[in-house]
Amino acid sequence: MEHALTPPAGSVIQLAWLIPVIPALSAGFLLLAGKRLGKIAAPVAIAAIGASFAVSLLVFGALRAEPEHERTFVVHLAQWLDIGPLQVDWNLLVDPLASVMLLLVTGVGTLIHVYSVGYMHGDERYPRFFAYLNLFAASMLILVLGESMLTLFVGWELVGLCSYLLIGFWFERRDYAGAAKKAFVTNRVGDVGFMLAMFLAFSAVGSLSFTQVLPAAEGLAAGTAVAIALLLFVGATGKSAQIPLYVWLPDAMAGPTPVSALIHAATMVTAGVYLVARMSPLFSAVPDVGMVVAWVGALTALLAALIACVQRDLKKILAYSTVSQLGYMFIAVGVGAYTAGVFHLLTHGFFKALLFLAAGSVMHALHDETDVWRMGGLRKHMPVTFATSLIGWLAIAGIPPLSGYFSKEEILAAASETPGAMPVYVIGLVVAGLTAFYMTRWFVLIFLGPERFGHNIHPHESPWSMSGVLAVLAVLAAGGGLLNTSAEGGWLHHWLEGSVVAFHGEVHPLGHTALIALAMVAAVAGIAAAVALYRRVDAQGAPRFPGWHRLATNKFYVDELYQLVLVTPGRMLSDALSVFDRRGIDGAVNGIARGTAGLATLGRRTQTGYVRSYALATLLGALLIAGLFYAGSWAASAWIG
Amino acid sequence: MKVPAGHYLILAAALFTTGLVGVLVRRNLIVMFMCVELMLNSVNLTLVAFSRIHGGLDGQIMSFFVMVVAAAEVTVGLALIINLFRLRASVDADDVHSLRS
Amino acid sequence: MAEFVVFWIMAPLALGAAISMLFMRNAVHAALLLVVNFFAIAVLYAVLEAQFLAVIQIIVYAGAIMVLFLFVLMLLGINREEAGGGALPRQAPVAIALGVALFAVLAAGVASPFLSAEDACPTETPAEGQPVAAPQSDGGCAGLAAVNEEGNVRAVGLQLFTRYVWPFEVVSALLIVAAVGAMVIGRKHEAPEDLVDQPANAMPEPRRDGPGPAPGESHGDRADTERITKP
Repeated sequence: MEHALTPPAGSVIQLAWLIPVIPALSAGFLLLAGKRLGKIAAPVAIAAIGASFAVSLLVFGALRAEPEHERTFVVHLAQWLDIGPLQVDWNLLVDPLASVMLLLVTGVGTLIHVYSVGYMHGDERYPRFFAYLNLFAASMLILVLGESMLTLFVGWELVGLCSYLLIGFWFERRDYAGAAKKAFVTNRVGDVGFMLAMFLAFSAVGSLSFTQVLPAAEGLAAGTAVAIALLLFVGATGKSAQIPLYVWLPDAMAGPTPVSALIHAATMVTAGVYLVARMSPLFSAVPDVGMVVAWVGALTALLAALIACVQRDLKKILAYSTVSQLGYMFIAVGVGAYTAGVFHLLTHGFFKALLFLAAGSVMHALHDETDVWRMGGLRKHMPVTFATSLIGWLAIAGIPPLSGYFSKEEILAAASETPGAMPVYVIGLVVAGLTAFYMTRWFVLIFLGPERFGHNIHPHESPWSMSGVLAVLAVLAAGGGLLNTSAEGGWLHHWLEGSVVAFHGEVHPLGHTALIALAMVAAVAGIAAAVALYRRVDAQGAPRFPGWHRLATNKFYVDELYQLVLVTPGRMLSDALSVFDRRGIDGAVNGIARGTAGLATLGRRTQTGYVRSYALATLLGALLIAGLFYAGSWAASAWIG
Repeated sequence: MKVPAGHYLILAAALFTTGLVGVLVRRNLIVMFMCVELMLNSVNLTLVAFSRIHGGLDGQIMSFFVMVVAAAEVTVGLALIINLFRLRASVDADDVHSLRS
Repeated sequence: MAEFVVFWIMAPLALGAAISMLFMRNAVHAALLLVVNFFAIAVLYAVLEAQFLAVIQIIVYAGAIMVLFLFVLMLLGINREEAGGGALPRQAPVAIALGVALFAVLAAGVASPFLSAEDACPTETPAEGQPVAAPQSDGGCAGLAAVNEEGNVRAVGLQLFTRYVWPFEVVSALLIVAAVGAMVIGRKHEAPEDLVDQPANAMPEPRRDGPGPAPGESHGDRADTERITKP
């Protein structure tokens, strides 16, 4: 990481704090006054996120104006913690990596805010949805801009909260509320890893600021560095849905589709990748942990792709696809190609958001139908959605010259360049083929072929607030590849040079013709197979491989395994503890009360009310005193005498 | 044949004990009161015996005052007992237990 | 010698009367036995060279106080006492046991230093000029022969009006106060508002065995407070 500077006076970088603060204020305002604003809540929210986008553009421009290698700035806002050796301030780290993330979050965020106007139209909690969206945006921006691990963690936790709020937005349905809880709890498990990593980092380095931890990364003891990196990765698996903590993301499709697009495609799930990229000096110091990361990413990608091939729910297919593509990003950052990972993060943000919003458009037209086997032939009825989905489909399948091709190529090339990562490359290749297969299946079953929806449903194109956004995203998905493909070795690569460690292999996306050929073959084979299988089918036929089919449809029984191993024992433990609390602790407290009452009842028996018994007691007392008195005097006389 | 002074003291102690047991055992308020008078008398006897032992009249004077106060006390006490009898038609000590818990 | 005889007649009489008093069912019998006790004690006072007190004992105690007791007993007709242990069945044995213990303590503590033969008090006035034997702290008896030289009454009177005149005056005031107080307390109340208790509760409730308030008892107690707080 290059040396951190204070921003020059009068520079717009000083105003970078506006980027998270404006949506946060808007969120607070909408939460309090939303009900009274009604429909006006949407323009307020869109204005807030749009303002953030504008400031992000200005900050980007200001960074570009600065000379190379002098683009890392720390903006000091306020003091936060000053407890002995721990000093954490509310500071912003504005550097090239943060700036591209800012543009992604605010840009795609603004588009999705606009889309939500049409999609959430008529919902009874319309203003609150926009408040939550703004709150999410603010949280993600805090995450991205945080200068210290702790500040990043604040944003990390807040996006987890917003994810819970938004997934469970229609909480009247118990399964939706359950999905929100599942997301939050699974994230929390990962957060423990993050926290432990912070503790270790603080004890090793004495600070949590990136400006101090990252330069010290190479000097850490090997064991400490491995531990910190692994623990951070555990946190990342929770947030970015990798094995073993990916189980929440498919269930999170219970939320409204704009939520799926924003949070579970473009932004929140990328927080784990961003974290690893930000901590690139640390991960580069321990390449073994990087291999672990790459392997986990590869296996996750494979597993999720297999499950996606047999799903019926159009959003679930996309959800597993997200898990799979996130696996690709982790392969990239695992082998050390941080730029490639960020590149894929950006392009995936474009085309996955596009695909999700298109799915939302389709659901909107078919009255919330989600089963792909009850769709089909929508090409004629929804031309804009069809065209934009076509672009998204080709992008994710990796067909040039769309963006997905370039980013995926870079990742596969980096994997093949890294010594010992060839199996990872092979898996990545297989997953590329599978991705092409299941996305083609998705596209064909929805837009082509015979119409399988009921006769009383008349699908129509979505309003311009929705389809306009689709168009913008389609342009980005198509042209996003330009970010890293100029002749002198990629604009993004150069841009991120100061922020992330460079990849030690040689990455040339237009070289390695053999690799490209293999990847193309895989993609085309996948597309062809899917087209052949699903082009003209009326209904789902019998599966060719029933065993595999059942396994994949049941998501390889992972959820059931977790239920058995974790949830049920956890519930038994909490039941036992609750019994202990009621009987033991409450019993002890109540027991003390009962004991006191019992003693008091016992003592009450001296209050007979009869004078004679009181007199008897007085006699007894007098006897005791007299006895003591005389005994004392006799003892004294015996001692004297 | 001589009577050691202590014999009077033992008699007084026995009378005191008798009066005390009487207060505790009897239930008729007036009889209890009479037992209290018995106790006072035993104390007087002790005082007089000791005045003889010490060769001064202080014990007898004290005894005199005890008698006077006892007279006053009996006056007021019996008036109270009469009042109680008017209200409750009973002078049984066990019938007066309003402070029972 | 004479003292010996008188003591050993009067002492058993006094103690016997006292103990018998405990067993009398009839309260009047008990009062009469107490009178006997008082007379015996008066004789003992006389033997103890406290002649003034002996007469005062007869006049005040036996003649005034016991008469008062008997007046009240006979006026109100409170003669009989209910048999049985009443509400406290184990009271009697415990009281007797503790009483005996108290007697032992008193005897051992107060009386024991004076029980040996030298502690007998001199009954003759010493010859002129011979010093009076001073009592030791744990034995010996001085006797009142010297003090009573001109008569016990005279001696007591002198002490009473010189050294003890202040308590004397206070006690006279006390007597007046007691007399007035007794008149106030014992007067017949004409107005029902002067009563603290409800007339309805004047009859005692039937006794229940064992502890617990008699039926209606606590009822009446609440009525007390109601009564008092009513205007």
